[in-house]
Amino acid sequence: MKVLIAVKRVIDYNVKIRVKADHSDVDLTNVKMAMNPFCEIAVEEAVRLKEKGIATEVVAVSVGPKAAQEQLRTALALGTDRAIHIETDERAESLAVAKLLAKVVDEEQPGLVILGKQAIDTDNNQTGQMLAALTGLPQGTFASEVAVDGDKVNVTREIDGGLQTIALTLPAIVTTDLRLNEPRYAKLPDIMKAKKKPLGVKTPADYGVELASKVSLLKVEAPAERKGGVKVASVDELIDKLKNEAKVL
Amino acid sequence: MSVLVLADLHEGQLAGATAHVVAAAQAIGGDIDVLVAGEGVQAAADAAAKLDGVSKVRVADNAVYAHQLAEPMVALLVELAGDYTHVLASASTTGKNVLPRLAALKDVSQLSDVIAVESADTFKRPIYAGNAIATVKSDDALKVITVRSTGFDAVGTSGSATIEPVDVVVENSQSSFVKEELAKSDRPELGGAKVVISGGRGMGNGENFKLLDGIADKLGAAIGASRAAVDAGYVPNDMQVGQTGKIVAPDLYIAVGISGAIQHLAGMKDSKVIVAINKDDEAPIFQVADYGLVGDLFEILPELENRL
Repeated sequence: MKVLIAVKRVIDYNVKIRVKADHSDVDLTNVKMAMNPFCEIAVEEAVRLKEKGIATEVVAVSVGPKAAQEQLRTALALGTDRAIHIETDERAESLAVAKLLAKVVDEEQPGLVILGKQAIDTDNNQTGQMLAALTGLPQGTFASEVAVDGDKVNVTREIDGGLQTIALTLPAIVTTDLRLNEPRYAKLPDIMKAKKKPLGVKTPADYGVELASKVSLLKVEAPAERKGGVKVASVDELIDKLKNEAKVL
Repeated sequence: MSVLVLADLHEGQLAGATAHVVAAAQAIGGDIDVLVAGEGVQAAADAAAKLDGVSKVRVADNAVYAHQLAEPMVALLVELAGDYTHVLASASTTGKNVLPRLAALKDVSQLSDVIAVESADTFKRPIYAGNAIATVKSDDALKVITVRSTGFDAVGTSGSATIEPVDVVVENSQSSFVKEELAKSDRPELGGAKVVISGGRGMGNGENFKLLDGIADKLGAAIGASRAAVDAGYVPNDMQVGQTGKIVAPDLYIAVGISGAIQHLAGMKDSKVIVAINKDDEAPIFQVADYGLVGDLFEILPELENRL
């Protein structure tokens, strides 16, 4: 079974973001970028499926600027066999990315597609579900366990209040939650080897997909700052403040 | 304008979040219908009919909608969405699972986690873990939106909407329910609790989370945790408050042994009053806390429980 994974280049999760002075967007100049953490989990899950002999080939796709090839090389170093870069400098929203991925699914015919549940830049949590819609495939979102069983996959999902397990017919789309696995680090020899692995470059036009969206970004602002308050010296003082000053007890 | 609100269910009952989503629908304007889809959901439909501002509750009560699996829910929504200009759901795990699938089938974008309605086509939503707020305008004919319930005050319950069955029955052979393991608790649900007390890595281990129990009992609080505490295996993930967990905005939030990583702050910084208890007086949590208490939580927690 072929497994397709999607990875996104995003701001490193440790970076403190700044809003541009003209409020047009977040300032990403000279900011450290990395693979979206949920995508790292998708890569790890696919590689584990290959190690278990369930996946025969793992293919990674990324939609983004030329520099997104760094993240694809990382995926290759972690055990992905082959990569497809769909290069664009335009802002690609979830629906457009899902349309591109649907074309790749059509071409590659994977048995399973694994994506991160959300990217930590736009925090949308949409692409996997949209890809499932466009390909007509079932979806297992927010997965904390993925168990392939013949022509089905059991996906345990992190839902409000607990866990839900569903069975999906294959092919299927899965999106990862945090506890699915703990991603490994790439070893130096594998990073060197990854440079020789195949990485094909395409454009959205090659797939006949327009990136234009009907949603426009009017303004980006910093959130209202919350001011620190006071330090209290004792439990008694805390209770007194909560009762008499904040009036929440 | 006409808005369809997908009701959130919790174990077959109407979840509290729905009343917040109806408030967002009121801010948009126009007629508001609520869709209750599931199996054995008459009580939920009755509860939805009492929500202020709702004209009509549409009920799809059929085994195929049990557990609100994405494939049949969306097949149903696609049939109904043509009657509306907006489809809204809470940004719960159900809303987030279902609405993007609907949007893609309708070839429109979806707006996630909306916290404010500026007009019928312009909305505010947090990005970058809440470290920036984006104002976005949608020119799509159908606007598909998940609503963060902490952004809107719940509507009242003195309404009397009509209840009408939806007889659309869809097929689903792609997905099936296997099992559910829901945390059983007498405490209020994390997302809707008036008081939340959360523990972080400073709790040391899962056993020590019991120190929060007595205080939570006295305050009627829900218990949460930071991602660090979840990653360390102290508590299950459904207790996680933060960017990738629950977003809460209670009247009182007590952070115990939590340093205050931006991902955690993203989940609780809209709380009315924040208390931080931490032994490190440099911890970033104190920069957002209204009241900070520096000290050993293992001494402070028992004392706090006694004095309450």
